[in-house]
Amino acid sequence: MADTSTVDQPKVKDKKPLFGKRERRLITDPLNDNNPITVQVLGICSALAITTQVSPAVVMTLAVIFVMGFANLFTSLLRHTIPKQVRMIVMLIIIAFLVTVVELSLKAINYPIYQELSVFIGLIITNCIIMGRLEAFAMADKPWPSFLDGVGNAMGYGAILIIVAFFRELFGSGSLMGWELFGPGPQFMINTEAHALLSWYMPNNLMVLSASALFVIGVLIWIHRAWNRDLIDVS
Amino acid sequence: MELINIFIKAAFIENMVLAYFLGMCSYLAVSKTLDTAFGLGLAVIFVLGITMPINWLITTFLLSESGLLGMDLTFLRFILFIAVIASMVQLVEMIIEKYSPALYSSLGIFLPLITVNCAILGGSLFMIAREYTFPESVSFGLGSGFGFFLAIIAIAAIREKIRYSNVPGPLRGLGMAFILTGLMGIGFMSLMGIDPGAFTGTN
Repeated sequence: MADTSTVDQPKVKDKKPLFGKRERRLITDPLNDNNPITVQVLGICSALAITTQVSPAVVMTLAVIFVMGFANLFTSLLRHTIPKQVRMIVMLIIIAFLVTVVELSLKAINYPIYQELSVFIGLIITNCIIMGRLEAFAMADKPWPSFLDGVGNAMGYGAILIIVAFFRELFGSGSLMGWELFGPGPQFMINTEAHALLSWYMPNNLMVLSASALFVIGVLIWIHRAWNRDLIDVS
Repeated sequence: MELINIFIKAAFIENMVLAYFLGMCSYLAVSKTLDTAFGLGLAVIFVLGITMPINWLITTFLLSESGLLGMDLTFLRFILFIAVIASMVQLVEMIIEKYSPALYSSLGIFLPLITVNCAILGGSLFMIAREYTFPESVSFGLGSGFGFFLAIIAIAAIREKIRYSNVPGPLRGLGMAFILTGLMGIGFMSLMGIDPGAFTGTN
């Protein structure tokens, strides 16, 4: 019995390679053709709320990659046992459980960042991109592709988040990752020539308002679609 | 009169979508045509109007220290609120599926996504933070729902018109909707700080 099982396993793997063409597309599609924010229009709320600075956006991206990958995996494992009528509540419990895991681990690993982000980590529960992928993909597909789909979509989401945060922090606060670049007195610059080069720019408070995130994402969609013309809305 | 004030304040002055930018996902995705926007708006009014009083009852009678259980259980409120919202949305989904299959198919995935519409959970959390009474929470729920309804109808109408304008190809549709929403949000900022008592002659 033991022999046949060990012989059978490689055969199964030959049929379905761990990183076949479809699996790779699951990761790369959300980065471009099927981006969660610019194409599927999911997860906008958090993209507006936490993109005033880069470092929260990076931590948020990592947290969402973890939560989404495993939420997709667990939902996919349970997909035949969840009754259709209560599926949303079950999904939310899975998400809430994973978010609690993230929150507690962040609290244990890096307390200052936890204090800075605690509210936003809780907001992952109501991030529609996670629920959207669970509903659209994990309820209908096998665990491994679902896991990859979750990770891929979270990365696509995070890429937009970090790009938007980059522009909003640079022009809104005149800094990057907390380092002051523009404005009256960049803290880290001793070289006066470099200081003179950068100090002309006065941070624009409009970029800190939520409305500016909408403008930045709007322009980002413009650029994305000008580059990838298949996505242009023809209707 | 106080109730009318809260309604007006929630619908116009502190509009969930255009002043707080909550509930953006369904707002942007379902506003392509007026018909679907109308349906989603009604669904959101219903869900907000129902969940807000239920969540008020839960916080007052179950979670607070003076409630039935006699323990301070406020740390459970996220999970309970979400559970209430999810069951209400599931109910709305079944009703729409039964009575209007066309609307059901055009709303698609965005109907279940009302559950994670931040406007709804956000509304419940605002209600707790502002310490509304029971009738006030009903009025606040309906007002917020009406505000969402107005905002999504407005953007859907603009988007239907703008379809015939000469917008650069890549910006057409979603990109334009984002920029329009940003402009509407800046417009709504000018309403913030208006005294709602001025409308009803109280205060």
